[in-house]
Amino acid sequence: MSIAVSDKNSAVTQKRSIGAVLWDYLTTVDHMKVAHLYLFGGAFFFILGGIEAVIIRIQLLVPENDFVSAGFYNEIITMHGTTMIFLAAMPLLLGMMNAIMPLQIGARDVAFPFLNSLGVWLFILGGIMLNMSWFFGGAPDAGWTAYAPLSTTSPGHGVDFYAVGLQIAGAGTLMSGINFLVTIINMRAPGMTYMRMPLFTWTTFITSILILFAFPALTVGLFLLMFDRMFGSAFFDVALGGNTIIWQHLFWIFGHPEVYILILPVFGLFSEIFSTFSKKRLFGYTSMVFATMLIAFLGFMVWAHHMFTVGMGPIANTIFSVATMAIAIPTGIKIFNWLATMWGGNVKINSAMLWALGFIPSFTIGGMTGIMVATVAADYQYHDTYFVIAHFHYTIVGGTVMGIFAGLHYWWPKIFGRVLNETLGKITFWTFFIGFHMTFFIQHFLGLMGMPRRYWVFLENQGLDTGNFISSLGALFMSIGVIVFIYNAIYVWLKGEKAAADPWDGRTLEWTTASPPEHYNWKQTPLIRGLDCLWIEKTEGNGKMTPAEPLKDIHMPNNTIIPFIMTLGFFISGFGFIYQTENKLWYIALFGGMAIALLAMLVRSLQDDVGHYITKEELKGEAK
Amino acid sequence: MSQDQILNPKSLPNSPEKATLEGKNKFLGLWFFLGGETVLFASLFGSFVALRNSTAGGPSSEELFGLELVFLMTVMLLTSSLTSVYAMYHMKNHDFKKMQLWLGITGLLGIGFLGLEIYEFTHYITEYGFTFRSSAFGSAFYSLVGFHGGHVTFGIVWLIAIMVRNARRGLNLYNAPKFNTFSLYWHYIDVVWVFVFTVVYLMGKVG
Ligand code: HEM
Ligand SMILES: [Cu+2]
Repeated sequence: MSIAVSDKNSAVTQKRSIGAVLWDYLTTVDHMKVAHLYLFGGAFFFILGGIEAVIIRIQLLVPENDFVSAGFYNEIITMHGTTMIFLAAMPLLLGMMNAIMPLQIGARDVAFPFLNSLGVWLFILGGIMLNMSWFFGGAPDAGWTAYAPLSTTSPGHGVDFYAVGLQIAGAGTLMSGINFLVTIINMRAPGMTYMRMPLFTWTTFITSILILFAFPALTVGLFLLMFDRMFGSAFFDVALGGNTIIWQHLFWIFGHPEVYILILPVFGLFSEIFSTFSKKRLFGYTSMVFATMLIAFLGFMVWAHHMFTVGMGPIANTIFSVATMAIAIPTGIKIFNWLATMWGGNVKINSAMLWALGFIPSFTIGGMTGIMVATVAADYQYHDTYFVIAHFHYTIVGGTVMGIFAGLHYWWPKIFGRVLNETLGKITFWTFFIGFHMTFFIQHFLGLMGMPRRYWVFLENQGLDTGNFISSLGALFMSIGVIVFIYNAIYVWLKGEKAAADPWDGRTLEWTTASPPEHYNWKQTPLIRGLDCLWIEKTEGNGKMTPAEPLKDIHMPNNTIIPFIMTLGFFISGFGFIYQTENKLWYIALFGGMAIALLAMLVRSLQDDVGHYITKEELKGEAK
Repeated sequence: MSQDQILNPKSLPNSPEKATLEGKNKFLGLWFFLGGETVLFASLFGSFVALRNSTAGGPSSEELFGLELVFLMTVMLLTSSLTSVYAMYHMKNHDFKKMQLWLGITGLLGIGFLGLEIYEFTHYITEYGFTFRSSAFGSAFYSLVGFHGGHVTFGIVWLIAIMVRNARRGLNLYNAPKFNTFSLYWHYIDVVWVFVFTVVYLMGKVG
């Protein structure tokens, strides 16, 4: 029963061997290290998706360009969308939730550390699986929405990789959702009532509910797609009575909640940033919580607004249209609350705050075009044009990605123990912000002029040339911003000073731990006395939290390699699924992989793993 | 106090399955998991309802289904739910032997159900040529009912595993939550079957 006092810095300070670090991460169940894996994985795929985006914009730089072939273009747009949504945006958010949420509620880890590790490996290997398609005869090419029958009849194995890769990654996400829910309900520190939870924890909670109820619909949709493509079933085969619209429904029953899975967490973290850097309590905390709930609830009622042009009929279209527009109300409440938080506050503008300030107008534009595309009659014009591309990039880039940058600048010290460089941070923001609007604002007009989405070329002299050129130029600026950010991260890692525990004069609990925290987070669980609990202690002159318990032994979970092995099993099995259509020998991989996964599960279930203790004496020994 | 002593107290508390934080977490986690499963099955039911008349010239549900067999299956599965309740009752009274006995009966009923289901499927395939590939109805039927059957199979394997693993050492605070989560899962699978019975078989015969 050894006590791994492996503090996150030891990799640098003690120069542990690469092998030891690798093994540590492969077996870790610590929420902060799992967060690191999510963030590294997410960043990797974000860069990959970014490169794909740049290829798209190069192809559309000039009319009738032949930088890439039509077929390759289809693969690139499909992989760009799929990668960005499932493998970049979501994991980066899950990484921040993993890192920060337990710290905000005063927990030592999440409820199911084992599942946490399993979840991150499923995401990473699922993402690798999807991208393996590049090397095995071509990537999926039916769009990130994979509409049948385009997806069911797409030749080669590309779409198979899509289905299996997302199935694996999606299972991981579902686990995280359950894990966060149970953590927040069962593991809050004494005094941390629901209405004292920081907004980021609240939005993590509600996002997790969305994950829980949205992802299984995707699971089923992907299963049906797999069955049709790999086992000859007829769900989407009209000749045998199948119905292709079922895919669209299942996909969007998942897909619309998914866009709120992407936006709600950043609503939470923006709330924290506005409040911290305005030195004011968040305006309308309660209404923020209820607005989040309302958005989540309505988010499940509106999926068919993606299907107005399918022919559902005027009644259905109207209902979904009105329900969709209703979402603008709680969203508007939030925007005004953020503005009111800054009103009369002692506003300090640094990089994190810049992203937050840039987010408000950007996202508001996305919301406004949202109302426009939600207007059925008009959507017949907008649908499948660049207008929709502009709309959702204003929400996803102007909202989610800016939120991720804001959160990273804000929590970098807590997660990696360094404060990011301000100058570089500002350069990142301005290049990215300007590039973003250059790229996407003009696309509204390209769309209105009739430029369809997902076409690999456009014709000369139809009024589309200048717009596309500007748009591509903007992509260059965004790329520069991202590169500067990466440089910043490496720079502070090598040259930066160790961050203080509370570099921003924060208000919430995460700033009471060391930066980065010990793996048990607190020696003594803190007592929470109100909303913005650290701020309360500061204003009352204590400056630090009162412990809720005497110093005693701390119970921590053990590291384990089983999650990784289990994931490997699913990974191998995935290849079996994909290739058994060609050669029945692949059934060996299919069942062999499954057997590995199930055996790992069995070992997990049968082996007693009761964790270990860090004793009182050891805690005292670590002088602080 | 070591973890071992905590998990094996001299006398077990009233609800041993929820006495530790881990136990509470498992309990709640499983409930949420079942919430997700509900959406999973709802999606499958939705697809089935949309496709249940798409027989592509093959046999329809009226021609295929025999309610006697399905009725027997229903009785077996529902009874197994009841027997798992007995098992949990004995767990709360710390009577390990009786708990194992009732869990064993639960497992046997589950295996019986599964046997009948396999018989049913082979019957459809060999007698009627009604397969997973013959029509959209076939795909939807085997997917929905098969997903349920897969859940039953998983449950049985799970049950056997924890019964064998703990056979010698009896009940403690570490394994009590495991038995409890299993029984919750098992009830859930039974509830889903009630819907399968209604939507697939009854509506298939009547509607
Ligand atoms: C006021 C809020 C919003 C409204 C009213 C709204 C409405 C809509 C509608 C009606 C469409 C379908 C347009 C069409 O295909 O013709 C759409 C597409 C889309 N929206 Fe939104 N939306 C809103 C917010 C968001 C947010 C917050 C996100 C993500 C963070 C988002 C992401 C997307 C995506 C990804 C698509 C395109 C999906 C595709 O076809 O590939 N939307 N939105
Ligand atoms: Cu939507």
